[in-house]
Amino acid sequence: MNAVSQTSLQASAQGFLARYEGLRHRLAGDTAAREAGAAAFTRHGLPGPREEAWRYTGLRPLAEIEFHEPVVLLADASAQFAALGLPDGPRLVFIDGRFRAELSRLPENIAITTGAPAFGHLADNSENLVALNTMLAEDGAAIDVAPGVDAGTLLIVSLGADAHGKPVSFHPRHAIRLGAGASLTLAEINAGTGVYFNNPVITAEIAEDATLVHLREQREAPGAFHLSTVFAEIAARGTYDSFSLALGGRLARVQVHARLAGEHSMAHLNAAQLLGGSQHADFTTVVRHDAPATASRQTVKNVLTGRSKGVFQGKIEVARIAQKTDGYQMNQTLLLSRDAEIDSKPQLEIYADDVKCSHGCTVGELDADQLFYLRSRGVPEREARNILVRAFLSEALDPVTHDAMRAHMEAAIAAWWEEAPT
Amino acid sequence: MAATIETLDTVAAVTEGGYKWGFSTDIEMDMAPKGLNEDIVRLISSRKGEPAWLLEWRLKSFAAWLKMEEPDWAKVTHPPIDYQDLHYYAAPKKKPGPKSLDEVDPELLKMYEKLGIPLRERAILAGVEPEEGERPPIAIDAVFDSVSVATTFKDTLAKAGVIFCPISEAVHSHPELVKQYLGSVVPAGDNYFAALNSAVFSDGSFVFIPKGVRCPMELSTYFRINARNTGQFERTLIIVEDGGHVSYLEGCTAPQRDENQLHAAVVELVAMTDATIKYSTVQNWYPGDADGKGGIYNFVTKRGACRGARSKISWTQVETGSAITWKYPSCILLGDDSVGEFYSVAVTTNRQQADTGTKMIHIGKNTKSTIVSKGISAGRSDNTYRGLVRIMKNADGARNFTQCDSLLIGDQCGAHTVPYIESRNPTAKTEHEATTSKIADDQLFYCRSRGLSQEDAVGLIVNGFCKDVLKELPMEFAVEAQKLLAVSLEGSVG
Repeated sequence: MNAVSQTSLQASAQGFLARYEGLRHRLAGDTAAREAGAAAFTRHGLPGPREEAWRYTGLRPLAEIEFHEPVVLLADASAQFAALGLPDGPRLVFIDGRFRAELSRLPENIAITTGAPAFGHLADNSENLVALNTMLAEDGAAIDVAPGVDAGTLLIVSLGADAHGKPVSFHPRHAIRLGAGASLTLAEINAGTGVYFNNPVITAEIAEDATLVHLREQREAPGAFHLSTVFAEIAARGTYDSFSLALGGRLARVQVHARLAGEHSMAHLNAAQLLGGSQHADFTTVVRHDAPATASRQTVKNVLTGRSKGVFQGKIEVARIAQKTDGYQMNQTLLLSRDAEIDSKPQLEIYADDVKCSHGCTVGELDADQLFYLRSRGVPEREARNILVRAFLSEALDPVTHDAMRAHMEAAIAAWWEEAPT
Repeated sequence: MAATIETLDTVAAVTEGGYKWGFSTDIEMDMAPKGLNEDIVRLISSRKGEPAWLLEWRLKSFAAWLKMEEPDWAKVTHPPIDYQDLHYYAAPKKKPGPKSLDEVDPELLKMYEKLGIPLRERAILAGVEPEEGERPPIAIDAVFDSVSVATTFKDTLAKAGVIFCPISEAVHSHPELVKQYLGSVVPAGDNYFAALNSAVFSDGSFVFIPKGVRCPMELSTYFRINARNTGQFERTLIIVEDGGHVSYLEGCTAPQRDENQLHAAVVELVAMTDATIKYSTVQNWYPGDADGKGGIYNFVTKRGACRGARSKISWTQVETGSAITWKYPSCILLGDDSVGEFYSVAVTTNRQQADTGTKMIHIGKNTKSTIVSKGISAGRSDNTYRGLVRIMKNADGARNFTQCDSLLIGDQCGAHTVPYIESRNPTAKTEHEATTSKIADDQLFYCRSRGLSQEDAVGLIVNGFCKDVLKELPMEFAVEAQKLLAVSLEGSVG
């Protein structure tokens, strides 16, 4: 391993540990959980290139920056907030990881607690960045939907901003609990300005017959780092439907761990990553089928231009007990420039025999025949490419049935395309 | 039709069941003391009367190995290997170099008879002319423990300009070729097991096909581990010059023992412009007993370089043996329009563990690769496909197709797929598909309703599942491989 990167990763980890030493008596919430996170982070540090789960996403660019504790600047954030063009409805707004009541609108039918990190029960500190989050988490939302309640849509907005030009990092920690038969659409928007590091961890406990639709739009600032981790556990007949859109950031990774714990539970983990310039984005999933007759579906699409690098790592694990599992995973990539790169690692790990599991992966450029077809009907080149790219993405957007969020995401994709060099 | 008869005999023997290769042969052995250090490396080199450059290369490899760590990324578990508790050199004691098979230790010949491999030079030596219309004969290099004991058909091959001999002999007879190519595809420090092999390899086969020559017969090497507590470290080097063609077969067996034995081979292939190499393996090392006791640890590095334009390397493997298989036959597609292929059937039963697959590195333009992998797990075994497809920046128009299918028999086994796909060129196309399933009840019912027994039905379905791979094997191997599949899975269906 490269000695230099090793040192910078270690030095960076030391920096976070030192910050914890200075802050530990001022941070709110469960001290024991935090101590466990600190112990794990002391052991694991930041992941290096030799860790299998991180072979395609190197954290050296992150490690070379010294991140400070955030100082929130209200005026700047409000301007940004207005620019987002958010859909109406209840929302929780976090600026640099801190809850802002004056910008939020609390829903009536959901119990929400803020002011301290909501650690939940599902997070695994053996994940380096989860340990870091647990150690330094400043704030977060505990979101509880009572059994049988259809809670509609809740928006979580995270805005990041550096502190007078000094890079900052924040570590939001949210816990969502859906009672039996409850349903909720949770839409997240992550945006900001300057250089910052957003490291959120979200846990979702989904009880019997409950449905969580989780829509995520990541449009962080061009200099930002976004490394988020989701843990979802789904009980019998429950559903976790998610779609993750990655547009922004310098270095981004979304990691989803979904555990299908009850019979007939179902998970949908879709994503689209649209990258240009020298952006790097990674979508990593681990779906564990831990009960009979569970199903998982993943459709992940990448559109890469410029010198960008896309990564997809998807693992389906089927435990012995999980007979009649139905697992499907599709990863497709369009490389639209000579310097873009995709690294894909779909994985199956199967211990039950009566299962149906498959994955597919394709990489290529736009189909010349399809382009020709459109061009011959008078569609200009750029528009023709746009049509084909949108068609390519549409399947991944299936879980986005919420009209306002769908429109918001479509608009974000259109804006991205306008700026994309082709 | 000797070849056919022998094949039938082999098949008949195979179908008796169990591990029929589990005998050991009493032959006086010349063994190095247990353990591994620089002196052992020197001893091996001096026993072979090697030139100074080779000894130096070995010592460098050994120094590199000492600094390396045993890889742990494969999905296999085993107790730590004590590299000091092995003999690194074991050779049948014999007079220097048998001139013909008559001089070969009769015990050895008996062993080959038991193996049923077509060592047909006996007949040729006795003056028996090949019958009209007989299939082209197969030239065999037999490697017994660490030493090549007999190579057949040398003269016929020499007439065509083909060199086929033990690598220890090639070091002396063709030092310039060995020096030029040894370690040029798998460098000494490539990985832990390759470094170990480079330090202590004792023999193996060397093949050289000169420009424009189509090798007149199939070449074959038969590896067998016999002595107790020995590691087997063969080194195979195949070079095919412009426009040449060779088909090479490799078979492996080992006696039944209750301690695990280490096998760490290295195979290097070099294909120049328009050259074709077809490399087929039927690996049937002792897999250990039902509890996984004994059995071979098979840690093999196989790699081919398509150096010239339009060259082609095709790997076909049927892996039914070994307690642990760690093997990734790879192709480096350097020449424009070069082609790499990997066809694999891996069967694991009882406590076997297989972690196998391939690497296809596309460097040249319009390079193509095809990967077809069929994994069958039964009993309490684990079967992993691990493969890499990498398209480099300049590989315009590169194309890859990968198909990995796993079949699970019983609910105590595991089937895993770990593909890595890395693409850096927009004009390249890669496709990957993987499925996992069990034997469908309606297929079984169909066969059973037509009077097939449960086991025959499973055998038939499994053979169908593997057909895409088996059809790539040369005929003799294909028949043997089919029967081997049936035998391997015996008793695993209930």
